[in-house]
Parts: sequence; C-alpha cells; structure tokens
Amino acid sequence: MPVLWIIVTILVLAAVGYVLGRQRAMSAAGGDARVLHSLPNYYGMNVVLFTVAPALLIMVTWLLVQPGLIESRVASLIPESAISEDSSLSLVMSDVRRIAEGLDTAVAEGVMTETEAGAIRAETTDVRKVLGEVGVALGSDVEATTLQASQSFRAMSASLGSWMTVVVLGIAALGLGISVLRTHKDFRARNTVEAAILALLIIASSIAILTTLGIILSMLFETRNFFTQYQWTDFFFGTTWNPSFSGRGGASELGIIPLLWGTLYISFIALLVAVPIGLFAAIYMSEYAGPKIRSVAKPLIEILAGIPTIVYGLFALITVGPLLRDYFAAPMGLGQSSSSVMTAGIVMGIMLIPFVSSLSDDIINAVPQAMRDGSLGLGATQSETIKQVVIPAALPGIVGAILLAASRAIGETMIVVLGAGAAAKLDLNPFEAMTTVTVKIVSQLTGDTDFASPETLVAFALGLTLFVITLGLNVLALYIVRKYREQYE
Amino acid sequence: MSDASLGGAAPSQPKKSSLLVQDARTKKRNAAESRFKVYGMAAVVTGILALVLLLASILSNGLSAFQQTYVTLEIELLEEKLDKSGERDLSVMRKVSTFGYAPLIATAMGKKLEENGIAIEGLSTKQAGAIISKDAPAQLRNFVLANSEVVGTTQTFELLANGRIDGYLKGRVTMETAALDKNVSPEQLLLTDALQELGTLEKRFNWSFFTNPDASGQRPEAAGLGVAILGSLYMMLVVLCLALPIGVAASIYLEEFAPKNRLTDLIEVNISNLAAVPSIVFGILGLAIFINFAGLPQSAPIVGGLVLTLMTLPTIIISTRASLKSVPPSIRDAALGIGASKMQSVFHHVLPLAAPGILTGTIIGLAQALGETAPLLLIGMVAFVREYPAGPPEGFFDPASALPVQVYNWTQRSDPAFVERASGAIIVLLVFLLIMNAIAILLRRRFERRW
Repeated sequence: MPVLWIIVTILVLAAVGYVLGRQRAMSAAGGDARVLHSLPNYYGMNVVLFTVAPALLIMVTWLLVQPGLIESRVASLIPESAISEDSSLSLVMSDVRRIAEGLDTAVAEGVMTETEAGAIRAETTDVRKVLGEVGVALGSDVEATTLQASQSFRAMSASLGSWMTVVVLGIAALGLGISVLRTHKDFRARNTVEAAILALLIIASSIAILTTLGIILSMLFETRNFFTQYQWTDFFFGTTWNPSFSGRGGASELGIIPLLWGTLYISFIALLVAVPIGLFAAIYMSEYAGPKIRSVAKPLIEILAGIPTIVYGLFALITVGPLLRDYFAAPMGLGQSSSSVMTAGIVMGIMLIPFVSSLSDDIINAVPQAMRDGSLGLGATQSETIKQVVIPAALPGIVGAILLAASRAIGETMIVVLGAGAAAKLDLNPFEAMTTVTVKIVSQLTGDTDFASPETLVAFALGLTLFVITLGLNVLALYIVRKYREQYE
Repeated sequence: MSDASLGGAAPSQPKKSSLLVQDARTKKRNAAESRFKVYGMAAVVTGILALVLLLASILSNGLSAFQQTYVTLEIELLEEKLDKSGERDLSVMRKVSTFGYAPLIATAMGKKLEENGIAIEGLSTKQAGAIISKDAPAQLRNFVLANSEVVGTTQTFELLANGRIDGYLKGRVTMETAALDKNVSPEQLLLTDALQELGTLEKRFNWSFFTNPDASGQRPEAAGLGVAILGSLYMMLVVLCLALPIGVAASIYLEEFAPKNRLTDLIEVNISNLAAVPSIVFGILGLAIFINFAGLPQSAPIVGGLVLTLMTLPTIIISTRASLKSVPPSIRDAALGIGASKMQSVFHHVLPLAAPGILTGTIIGLAQALGETAPLLLIGMVAFVREYPAGPPEGFFDPASALPVQVYNWTQRSDPAFVERASGAIIVLLVFLLIMNAIAILLRRRFERRW
C-alpha cells in the first residue's frame, strides 16, 4: 500500500477512535458530562493520540531504515567482478535502482506482468530495449548480475513494503483498542492529551538545535573526507585556486587564500558604502527628521531590505557593472571587466544600507533622552550632542550592527555570483574580477558532481569555513548588542 | 549659550559678544551643525535614490518582456508532407518531426510575400522564413497532432517571431547591429518593417511568458515562467505547511511553557544564530542531508521546500514570539482564574489573540523564502526543466524550477534577449512579493490590537 493510503487509513481509524472514545466516556458517565474528569472531547483526543502517534512514529522510522537495509543486502549480491575498473559500487547500485524503477514502470504500463518482471533474464531478453520502450533510457546494456540484483531489490522492497503496511496498521488498531478500553469516567484524559501536546511543542522547538547539528555534522563529515584526500595545510595556506576537473588530469590546487581575499575585499568595499550611508541615515531619521519625513523615508529604505538578493545581482550584472566599466575602469585604464570587486561591493553596500540603518536606528533610539537633554542643556548643538554623547553611548550597539552587516556580506552569494566574476586572484585593483568563497561553493556543487573527488568535497570545507567565520561574527555581535541592551534597560 | 546678564543694567565690564552678532566660533559651530544635518539628509536621499535606480533599471529592462512579436500566417497543411498514408493514424503522423513542418512555414511566408508584392533585394525564401521562431514548427506539430482532421486544409496560425526580430521591434536590435550579427540580416529587418505595415506582424501582450516552460538558448522568444511559477508555488505550499505549525509550536513552548534552563537557552541561542547563517549554508545542508543521505530527488520542490522551511523557521519563530508576548498577562490570568488549564488558556485565548501577528510574520517569512536563490542552486534546481511538474502530491517530487533560480539561469545565457526575460521574471517576482507584503500590512492594520 502506498504511504499516502496508509496515512489516510490511519486518519480514518483515528476519526472512528475519536467518536468511540467520546461515546464510551459519555456512556460511562451516564450521559452527564459533569461526572467526567475531563471534558468529553479530551477522551476522543486521547484515543486519536494513541492511534496516530505510535503508528506514524513506527512508519517514519521504517521508511528511514528500509532503503539502507535493502541497499546493503542488494549490494552484497553484486559480485566483485561486476564492478568494472572505471565504475564503483555506488554507480552499479544506481543502475540497479534505475532498472528496478524501469521494471516498475513497465509493470504499471502493462508491458509486462509482475511475474514476467521477476523472471526475465538478461541472457534471453534485451532488457535495455524493453525498458527503452516504456521511456526509461539506460546508459548501457544490462548485465545479468545487475538485473538479478535489481529484481531482488524489487522483491525486497515489495515484501518489506507490505510488512510495513501490516505492522503500522496493526499498531494503529492496537493503540485504538487499548485507549478505548482504558476510557472510563475517572480517566485523566486531559492530562494525557496535554502532556502529549507539550511533548510535541518541545520537539518542534528542538528542530532549531537539530538544524544546527545537521549543518555542522554534514559539513564536518564531508570536510573530513576532503582532508583525507587533500592536505589541510595546502587548503588553508595555499595561494592558488586552480581545480582541475577529472579527465583533464593533473592535481588540483585548492588554496582558500585567494577566495578569502576576494570575500574580504568585496565585504570591505560593501561596508565602506553601507556604514556611512546607513549610519547617517539612522542618525538623521532618529534625531532630525520629523514624523512626516520619517514615516515616508524609513519604509522606503527598508524596502531595500525586502528585495531578494537575485534582484541586486541582476542590477550589478546589467547596470552597475557596465556603468563602472565604461565610465571608471576603462578610461582610467584599470580593467575591461564589467564584473569586478567594485561592482559587487557597491551593490552589496546598497543591500546592507537598511540593515545598518534600522539596527543603528533602534540602538540610537535606546539611548536615554536624559543624556541628550543634559548635553543640550549645557549648550551643545545637536550635532555636538550626537557626536559626543549619543554615538559614544550607542557605540557598542553600532559596532554590533556593523559586525552583523559584515557577516551578512561575507555570506552573501547571488550578488557576487553575478557581479564579482569567477577568477580567483590575489590582486589589489578593485576593478579586477575576483571571486569569493560563496561563488566557489556554488560552482563546485552545481552541475554534475562526484562526491568522491576533492574538487567537489572542497565545497564542504569552504562551507564550513564560511559557517565558522559568520558564526563567530554573529556570536560576537549578538553578545555585544545584548550586553549593550542590558546597560540601558 | 544663554547670557543672563543681557538686558539688565550695564555690568562693570561690558561683554564683547552679543547674541545678535555671531562670533567666529559660533559661526563655525553652526556651520558644522548644518553640515552634519546635510550629511544625514544626503544619506537618506542616497538610500532612496539607490532604490529608485534599482527599480528603474529592472523596469526599463524588463517591461518589454511582457510584449512579444507574433506573425499571423495562413499555412497550408499539405497532406503529402504530414500524413502520406492519408489515414490520420497518429502513430504514423508522429514520425514526421519538426523538420517536416518547417518547410510549410517557409512556403507560407513566401506566398504571403508574393501575394502582397513585397520584394526585398538579397532576401532568400529561407531567410524570410527564418524571421519566424525556431519554436514555431513544434507549435504547428503539436496543433496538428492534437487536431488531426486539419491536415490538408489551410489554417491561420499566430506564430512567434524570432528573438532578434522581436528585439528589433523593441529597439534592442538595429540595422547597424544586424549587419554585424550572423543570426539576423538587415534585409530581414526590412521585411519586418514591411510585414508590420501589412499588419501581419505585430507586438502584443505576452501571456505565454507566464505559462510557457523554459526554452533552449537558441529561442529566447519562447521562454516562459510556467514551470518556475509552479515550482515556486509548490515550494511555498511546503514551507507554509511545515514552517507555520512547527514555528508556532516552537514559539508557544519557548514563550509560554519553557522553564529557564540550559536547554531553553541553547534553543534560543540556536534560533538567533540560524537567523544569521548565510543562506548558502542551508543549501549545503539540503544537499548533504535531504539529497545525499535521505535520497530525495534532485531539483524537486519538496527538497527546496524543506530547505526553505529551515531557513524561514527563525523568522517565523521570532515574529510569533513577539506577538505572543504582546498579549497582556491579564488574559492568561483571567483564563486560569476561571479554571482553565495552562494549555487551555494558551490555545483558547492567547493564540487566537496573537493570530494576526503570527500570520503577518508568516507571510513576511514566506516572501523571504520566495526570493531566496542560493540554497536552491545547490540542490539542483538550476537544471533545465521543460516538463511541468505533475499535480500534488506527486508533483512535489518532480523536477521543477523556481522563480529566482530561473532568473539566474537566464542571466547565464549568451543571447541578450534573455536579459530582458530575466528582468521580466524579476518584475513578476517583485509583484508577488509586493502582493504578499501588502497582505501582511493590511492584516496588521485591520486586526492589530494595542492593549
């Protein structure tokens, strides 16, 4: 039975259980809800809970475990000889899966019967042709062992699948039976239901931890694989980035320094644009602007924060890049490339303006009015008050905001993919195309990837480096901002 | 600086300075003051100017994508070319590829020119036929296969014009550039002018931009956003179905039930950090966990939806917690006071009151997810997808594209007509975002309660 139908069946069972549980409670109370410990609905909910939760839990675990189990069983069926020199076990296994899918399609379209699909032999039938007719194209002719493996793959998934249906539905029915029988008028249904809901809430909130764990573990695991194939000193201290793709031969040079340089250079220019503009805008809006200007200008600037980064990327690609090349770089003889550090930096700076301005705005507003009044009362002008009282008081918060903006800049992807170029270079000329860590993650992981080669795995090491850098900046920034908030609260 | 002695009796030592006459230092300070104010104003204006420039650039490049050039031709669907047997057997007719249909179009174009006496020096019939899109034979073939009875008759078709001809009408291609371009010749442009005068060739609203799937790099005129819009829609459904319940549940726990302990602290730190993790890292997570480990298919909306869910969760949790916090404690106290359990007070009273805020936060989170590109690149959504995904739920596992990824895809192609398409797609994306944000603002205006 397909998973969807199992779920539907469980839900139907649950609905029946709800009615049964509620009725049983009511009849136990002699039709008077006041005698019950909990409201009648809770008795129904209790039955639903016991029907659905264990069954679904078992089903999810089963679905997670089953593919791995079948895989290892089938893999052991494939003899060493079937794995030729230029392929690997995983390639053969993907063939097996593909043939199994093809046989499924063939059966579904009525080209062959279920028994035929289990009985055909590569020696007698041209499986490739048969499957080709139902729209499953295979790269090469099917070997006898592969076909047998895929047939046992199918047989195993089918038998395990029917077992799962039986077990899951059995558990659902069992849960329903037990919980209905347990229902009587003094049963504390509400407490059970509420405890279950609380458990759900806790599970939901721990997803944040699971996500972080998932990020760290997946990257650590692949990074370790990478470092078994590539020296970590060459990665962290190498000054050339020159991956060679399989087939061209030769060893790749995968030094992170040029990528880091590009990342930091672009982020520096972005901050050079964003910090003064954002900070002055925040100061103007919190200290000078009347409510009218503020109510117009603040949302307008914040629109910039809501625009997706791909839009900025396109802006860099089709407008800012050519503009900078034609009016600055080319006349000054600094370069002919429209994608450059400057292009990406300026556009990223624009993206960061609202980020800096709204954070600084909040922080400046949090400075107590009494401090301003004191300074103004002593005869300082407004700008003197801002420069000598407000800003120093808000400085930790502003530094925090800038750090957050920096971490955003370092992790930004689409603007640099479209605006900065792909050449890894160690150069000072801002009109030269350079590349960043994020660009290289994208280019190493898109398209056909082979998860055994260092050229692909390096993306995980780059990702981990990026994650560690931004995490460090974020933690520092959040710490500073939090510390600062406490100061005035 | 105030001077209390002013206006009183003349002091023994008369002061040199006066409030009416500014001394050099005051002048300097006032100048600094107004300079500072101007800097602030300049910063605000720069920010707004950047926004205007950004929008203007996208609009000026992209608005023309909503118009497309069509050529109306009467095409004779010759029986001996399309169905030699004359039996209208579809399996036989399928064997005629688009190459069999292309000559029909060229012939029809030649006939049209002859009838109207258009003769352009140096223009071959083949070139004249080439002002029609390379996609047109496929269009013709699909039509014939769907209505086999039309074979042998003459039908009127509206065919897409070639991308360069379309560019000529939109001012992207000129006579000078055509002379240098091997894909189009000035004679073809002259023909275009002539056909336009006849009314055979015209520019009109481009509905197929919203419905067509992507097209190959050779035929930008046929490329549309159909698959991308559908893919984005599927992903948003996944995000909505997962992120909203999980986010609300997590916030309820953290805001209403969580004791102050290590675990709670850990969760809170995690959430605030996840909100600032670069989006591409989520892409790596999706690739490693959902595709390599769990074996979900590449380019599928379900994987994209899952990744975007994880990205959106912090946003939704943060805004939900804020709106839960804004419900005054008196509501909870009153509910508890008349005998509700803690759970009942939260689910029956606090949550409904916080609902508008939660919805607003969710919509804003969804808008963020809709525009996200980088993680989707890593999970294979850049693939060239021409088939529409099936209806849900199987469609969630079919390959699809997404709006922002489609934009990225088009920027990577060489034909300049794709820049127009990409900007047009951005406009569509921005309109969706605008609508979502407008709904969020309306909800907030309409239902927000100040306690």
